[in-house]
Amino acid sequence: MDPADRIGAEAIVLLALFADIHANRQAFTACLDFARARGAQRFICLGDYVGYGADPEWAVETVMGLVEQGAIAVRGNHDNAIGASAESMNAEAQAAIEWTRGRLSAPERRFLSELPLTREEDDRLYVHSEASQPERWRYVRSTADAGRSLLATHAHVTFCGHIHQPALYSISVTGKMTNFVPTSGVAVQLLQGRRWLAVLGSVGQPRDGDPAACFALFDTDSREITYCRVPYDVEGAARRIRENGLPPWLAERLIVGR
Amino acid sequence: MAKFTVRPGVVLDGFTIGECVHRGGMATLWSVTRPDIAFPLLMKIPRVSEGEDPAAIVSFEMEQMILPRLSDVHVPRCFAAGDFARQAYVVIERIPGKTLYHRLGDLPLPYEEARDIALKIATALCELHRQNVIHHDIKPSSILFRPSGEAVLIDFGLSHHNQLPDLLQEEFRVPYGTAPYMAPERLLGVRDDPRSDLFSLGVLLYFFTTGVRPFGESDTMAGMRRRLWRDPYPPRQLRKDYPPWLQEIVLRCLEIDPVWRYPTASQLAFELAHPDQIKLTARAERIKRDPLTTVWRRRFNGNMTPPRGKSAVAAQLAASPIVAVALDLTEESVELNEALRITVERILKTLPAARLACLNVLKLGRVTIDRTLDEEGNNKHVDRLVTLKHWASPLKLDEGRLTAHVLEAVDPAGEILEFAEANHVDHIVIGARQSSLARKLLGSTSAKVAAEAPCTVTVVRPPRRAPMHGAVEKPQNEPDDRTLPSAQAG
Repeated sequence: MDPADRIGAEAIVLLALFADIHANRQAFTACLDFARARGAQRFICLGDYVGYGADPEWAVETVMGLVEQGAIAVRGNHDNAIGASAESMNAEAQAAIEWTRGRLSAPERRFLSELPLTREEDDRLYVHSEASQPERWRYVRSTADAGRSLLATHAHVTFCGHIHQPALYSISVTGKMTNFVPTSGVAVQLLQGRRWLAVLGSVGQPRDGDPAACFALFDTDSREITYCRVPYDVEGAARRIRENGLPPWLAERLIVGR
Repeated sequence: MAKFTVRPGVVLDGFTIGECVHRGGMATLWSVTRPDIAFPLLMKIPRVSEGEDPAAIVSFEMEQMILPRLSDVHVPRCFAAGDFARQAYVVIERIPGKTLYHRLGDLPLPYEEARDIALKIATALCELHRQNVIHHDIKPSSILFRPSGEAVLIDFGLSHHNQLPDLLQEEFRVPYGTAPYMAPERLLGVRDDPRSDLFSLGVLLYFFTTGVRPFGESDTMAGMRRRLWRDPYPPRQLRKDYPPWLQEIVLRCLEIDPVWRYPTASQLAFELAHPDQIKLTARAERIKRDPLTTVWRRRFNGNMTPPRGKSAVAAQLAASPIVAVALDLTEESVELNEALRITVERILKTLPAARLACLNVLKLGRVTIDRTLDEEGNNKHVDRLVTLKHWASPLKLDEGRLTAHVLEAVDPAGEILEFAEANHVDHIVIGARQSSLARKLLGSTSAKVAAEAPCTVTVVRPPRRAPMHGAVEKPQNEPDDRTLPSAQAG
């Protein structure tokens, strides 16, 4: 069924989920346009709106606007570092955080610091890093990491980001795990008989070798998740980083997607 | 919601349940009806109660994910799926007739009949693999035939879909499947190689033509592992009249290392469709198994090509296409044929697993009745085959990658299209003349082929020359060769 046909029905069915936007205006704009064109009715933002990229004010304002219209947003470690310390980050990330902090207004900084670490909705959990200890910002790098997150929640699907590489894990009733690298554009039904951890790729700084922006659509009716890759003006985003005197590697890595 | 009890007369999601037609280890099958669907349906319900094999659940989940995505005459149509929250089921089209399992009493079958069966299965596998699915349980009881003749594959519970999570990947320490038919690489945990299905088809073909299973029936891990180093008895040792071409096919399917098997199901189907053109190797002549020294080397030094990274089924198929080149053998086509060879050479150079079929159409008069070849016609046929092979010889293709075909038809374009369709050709290369006059008179075979082909078509023209002063011919606007995208969707 075309998602547009179902808007009359009360329930919101098509979610668009964005992780690791990282102040990349060009990428986030392209993803939002793509999601709206596909009929997305609700937006879920999984953290790290700032850091690395050159348009943090725009990114935060955009997310604030979406939240006003009913979107859900959780806090990422870069958002957290704006109001706290960025000491645990690498030099480039730290430099970007220091720069970003000076760019954001007080209400924008407050918005970021007041975001929740997790949000639950129906049988879905939204979190930036993973579910077992969200405040420790651990990466889901392996099936074992995914298992730890899956055992920490009863949610049927956990959506997270943080690692900037798309992956899809599941755990069966007998505790057996599967892992999978999703194919962009191919819908995968998240079967009811097992529980799932959907790790999204990054909107604003993909690191899986494909420079195209990554986000996901989830149909709550058919329980199908589709990882989408959206080409965007990478050169434009890289130019903004260089123009603003941010570390050049942050521009270069956008072009190679690493 | 209360647990649903399946019994005749009960209605589930609009389907009225009828009799139970099969009780298997993993699932039960019920005949069901729905008022808006006119043909017979089956509801498959997994056995999931306490103490049942956990494989039943996982297999069912795989089937539930894969079946609704397949659309092809070679798989049953899927109408609905219900999940474990209430009552897990899938509803599929009921294929009339019996599975090949019911033929086991007739073995060994006549060679020609077995070839026909294997060709139909290879064709079905070709379509399945194109949809990114590896069956992984090819055996007589998972194969049926439609009244129109096509093989239908059933039971996708052990299948692998290259674009979906593989729920079986870490589920069982022992590879799951039917022991006599399981490819050796499956024992090493490889689940993403479509050539595993070709091995299973080789087992079936061996069994159906000799009456003996090539690797016995042992289902212990030790018994199954023997196939990693021990080759089966060549069929000719079991049946003296075994045709060499058939042994060539069977033993190539049963190669231990998948890289030595046919690269794709469509290439296997091509060989089965043209047994007279099969390049016979030492395999065809073999009457004994490999010597023990070879077996020991395999066993203790490891013989398999080391496992690759994750393979993309689609990429593997795309790298092994069947290319058909249509040649006009008249004298005025010398230059064009040279241009065709250059184009074909470029294509084959980038695709070492591609195979080439050289076609020539012997045009029949529209009103001639004498279709039977006389002495002269026969010679003409052979002459053309020789000329086709001569044209191809500078390509220096291993004979196993090259075939020549003289087709007879009133309508050459239609005949080329039919050949492409029947043989799963992936790419047609065809020449077009420069001369507008000749093009007008001789019609547009290439245009028709390009417009109607089910695959990619490259139209090649001879090199352009500057028009002579005062020449009547207009300069051509078209490039010398161009690649047209698929003219119609598969």
